[in-house]
Amino acid sequence: MKRVLIIGATSAIAEATARRLAEGQAALYLVGRDAQRLTAIAADLRIRGALQCDCEAQDLTDFTAHEAMLDRAVAALGHLDIVLIAHGTLDDQAACEASVERTLQALATNGLSVVALCTRLAPRLAAQSSGTLAVISSVAGERGRASNYVYGSAKALVSTYLSGLRQRLCHSGVQVLTIKPGFVDTPMTAGFAKGALWASREQVAAGILRAIEKRADVAYLPGFWRPILWIIRAIPERVFKRLTL
Amino acid sequence: MVSSWGTVSRGMHRLYDLSSRFAPFPSLPEQMCILPFGNGRSYGDSCLNVGGALLRTRNLDHFIHFDAQSGTLRCEAGVLLSDILRLVTPMRWFPPVLPGTQYVTVGGAIANDVHGKNHHQAGTFGCHVRRLELLRSSGERIECGPDERREWFAATVGGLGLTGLITWAEMRLRRVPGPWLDVESIRCADVDELLEVSLESAADFEYTVAWVDCAAGRRRLGRGLLQRANHAQLDATGSAAHVTPALHLPFTPPFSLVNPATLRLFNSVHYRRHPRRIRSLVHYEKFFFPLDRIDRWNRLYGPRGFYQYQCVVPAHRAGGVVRELLRIIASSGEGSFLAVLKCFADRPSPGLLSFPLPGVTLALDFPNRGTRSAQLFARLDAIVAEAGGRLYPAKDARMPGAMFRSGYPLQETFTRFTDARCSSSFWRRIRESA
Repeated sequence: MKRVLIIGATSAIAEATARRLAEGQAALYLVGRDAQRLTAIAADLRIRGALQCDCEAQDLTDFTAHEAMLDRAVAALGHLDIVLIAHGTLDDQAACEASVERTLQALATNGLSVVALCTRLAPRLAAQSSGTLAVISSVAGERGRASNYVYGSAKALVSTYLSGLRQRLCHSGVQVLTIKPGFVDTPMTAGFAKGALWASREQVAAGILRAIEKRADVAYLPGFWRPILWIIRAIPERVFKRLTL
Repeated sequence: MVSSWGTVSRGMHRLYDLSSRFAPFPSLPEQMCILPFGNGRSYGDSCLNVGGALLRTRNLDHFIHFDAQSGTLRCEAGVLLSDILRLVTPMRWFPPVLPGTQYVTVGGAIANDVHGKNHHQAGTFGCHVRRLELLRSSGERIECGPDERREWFAATVGGLGLTGLITWAEMRLRRVPGPWLDVESIRCADVDELLEVSLESAADFEYTVAWVDCAAGRRRLGRGLLQRANHAQLDATGSAAHVTPALHLPFTPPFSLVNPATLRLFNSVHYRRHPRRIRSLVHYEKFFFPLDRIDRWNRLYGPRGFYQYQCVVPAHRAGGVVRELLRIIASSGEGSFLAVLKCFADRPSPGLLSFPLPGVTLALDFPNRGTRSAQLFARLDAIVAEAGGRLYPAKDARMPGAMFRSGYPLQETFTRFTDARCSSSFWRRIRESA
């Protein structure tokens, strides 16, 4: 039985992942913002096979509440085999440009809260000498683009932080997995026109579990984003700044 | 651009997603109407609202409660029957009614009050729904069932999504010994024999359905294969857990692969290769959903798509009328491999617009050939209407308004329950055409 803590459990990717884990009879602890939806998701996961599924509603930008939340999760699960951090918002880039407050809010939600959680989780996992810390970052964090660099820079913070943490925990037996999805068809992206590059949440969920199984470090999901991002990173800034992406 | 399963009906829509069953009804621009949209498996335009909006239910895919003792399942409306099957068959429960594809949502199954091969014993899908919640565009939530606010239940079951959005439903499942069916298949030389064997099988076999060779004429008119089956008393839960489609049609061929030549050839071979009588053990997916094994089989008909014509004819005239329909179809050379005949019994359907009547239903696909198809359908319509029969809205893309009004006398009562902001391409067509 896998014991799994999911933070941001109402996100579409997290829920699709949780369903697969539930079908494998995992024990789950769900954390998210919306209590009503969390309760509904927990009931669904229990029916789908989760041996245990508790949940609690949390505003994750309240960093001071993290420690107690983690205590409750560990008390409920007993041990952490997998921690999946999946929360995030895709705020409107133009609105962020017009407001310092909104920019900082977006950075706090997508970047700082993840760093705060990982900082608290690292010693717990290291003490276990086992487990997986899987965090959903994004291909948007690889390079700043005019269309969403606030979101992108928060994800860049997360990716770089995890890269350092991975080195630190390299010999501890803990897997640190950076998940970099491309475009995923979820409620967060409901307003976008969908093309051939878009993946389904189920596809991404399957990829996450595969990456955990393989003890991978960085997973681009779907995998075709890895060469695409390799090219995008190689474009000189002098050229890149003129592109409309 | 959204198209329905027959691909004849398609058009532009504004798309809305409900984020959860607790979310409010979306606020729409003035004058815009909306239609709940499940998995788009209706054949014609009853699941479309061209020029308007669709309210997609794909996020409403949660199970809410399952009592493994009594077999009562409550789930959100966007849950697919395939999800239910995957969940409950290992526990020896089974949906009480299954249509020809498992890729329909619970909301869609209710809104079309679908039927299956066991209609003669189990009635329609709606017969097993205990309760549902209807979200109206006004924001009102109406909980209804066969014992509570019955008038809303009767309007919503078979109500084609026009009474508002079904957010969740509760249904009673049935016990089964396992995933296997004990199937007997009998070759019948003509339509009379087919109907006779079908009727005499009704009492002892839970499932009966017949495939008809609609290309055969004269003495062989309506020859076919009758399948009758019961759940096998077999303990093995089996290995064939959730078969994925065996074949996928990745694109639409430039012309219809179904035409008079391929039709005659296929049907003749299919009929002749079959022994007089054969009995076998079949997994439920293969028995109930043979077409699901070919992913996107609707593309077989090419870019012009196809129509499905499904009618029901009341019992007392069924034999003669079905023979006449088959005679016209056989002489037209149209039609397709997928011609299905089934006897309905007299278990009443709960919906005001439910399709089944005690009698015989005939369902055929026709490649879209424009006016030739229209002329053929008009001839069939005249016979069906004269016999007091009717057509199935879930399959329809072309019936005249008068045909609908004469077939569904309760539609006037139904209109009192429609939601002011809900409409569909089908509904406008029926109301506006003669």
